[in-house]
Amino acid sequence: MNRPVKQEYNRPTHIKDFPVGPQFDAGHLADENAGWRTFKPVVDAEKCINCLICYLVCPDGTIIKGENHVSVAYDYCKGCGVCANECPKDAISMVKEER
Amino acid sequence: MNSPDTILAPKRITAKNMTEKEFFYGHKACAGCGGSVAVRLALKVTGERTLAAFPAGCMAAVGFIYPQMAFQNNAIITTFPGVASMASGISVGAKALGLKDYKTVAFAGDGGTADIGLQALSGMIDRGDDLMYICYDNEAYMNTGIQKSGLTPYGTQTTTTPAGKNLPGTKTHKKNLFEIIAAHDIAYAATASIGYPQDYINKVNKAKQIKGPSFIHVYASCPTGWGTPTNTTIEIAKEVVDTGLFFLAEYENGEFKLNKNPKEFKSIKNHLSKQGRFKHLTDNDYDIITKQRDMKWERMRKFWTLP
Repeated sequence: MNRPVKQEYNRPTHIKDFPVGPQFDAGHLADENAGWRTFKPVVDAEKCINCLICYLVCPDGTIIKGENHVSVAYDYCKGCGVCANECPKDAISMVKEER
Repeated sequence: MNSPDTILAPKRITAKNMTEKEFFYGHKACAGCGGSVAVRLALKVTGERTLAAFPAGCMAAVGFIYPQMAFQNNAIITTFPGVASMASGISVGAKALGLKDYKTVAFAGDGGTADIGLQALSGMIDRGDDLMYICYDNEAYMNTGIQKSGLTPYGTQTTTTPAGKNLPGTKTHKKNLFEIIAAHDIAYAATASIGYPQDYINKVNKAKQIKGPSFIHVYASCPTGWGTPTNTTIEIAKEVVDTGLFFLAEYENGEFKLNKNPKEFKSIKNHLSKQGRFKHLTDNDYDIITKQRDMKWERMRKFWTLP
């Protein structure tokens, strides 16, 4: 698995449920970052030349490599727009999130 | 067995062949965070068996929010001044346990490196411990609310150096951190910028092969602290190199090497006026900044090896 996924987490109800000592499992995610977003990046599969510049510069690592074009892991994308700004072919556009 | 040639010229890592695993994922950094680009790319180069240490700072605050743990590799928060000494301990401890095929990496911001953590870093290089130290430079103490650090450049408005009628913001110039580190006769030191990601990846990859201390100073923009739109993070980090306010260089075998020597610098005014922290600058301030830049480049071009 390349990316950790959100895991079910039950809030501790008793002191004995807390971990002993300041350590925790690596890659344990209890919630998503999608709610931060106002605009979401949308990849135009036709225009994308798979140069992977967006993949390198994404602060959150939410660009997924594909066979012919990249795609976005929307659960953890914060919508910063760096990918759209750096895309040399303007294949990524920022679209207002509707919910 | 590694022959000396392969150590000197490691296999080039690019976006195409780098691991698809994300080691810094689901963190709570601000949208468009430059520091997280630096940490994410470095971890992708050093790989799963990285023992990472983070002092109190942004990356510790956004990565380790209980019950979230954004790191997929081994990572620990250290004291603010002690990231280099703690990472030294981790490195030596791993050696004593007989671990194989690992790399210890310390990540710290500019405050944790150039001000608070400087003596621990100096000690680490002096002892020659086997670890890589990466300083992501966002030019102020961002995690605590944008206070001036030793690496804050002239004219920056921060909460401790406000700009007004009598003050241009920060009055001091950026410390020559790279030269300070190189003066220790370290095996490998480099400066990089997230605006040039391939160059940064190459330098991390090179530092990874060094058995001993290595240091990388990476310029990482901060939209929150700098008052820039979130989507220009990379653009600004690229522009700063093109304007000559930051430089890409390496120090190896006792020699300074400039990696990029622009024939003509881009306009400083155009670059700085995009950032909220420089909005107040007057023409006099721009002159001071330009003069400082030209002095620095004259020295570098005279004494350093050019590309």
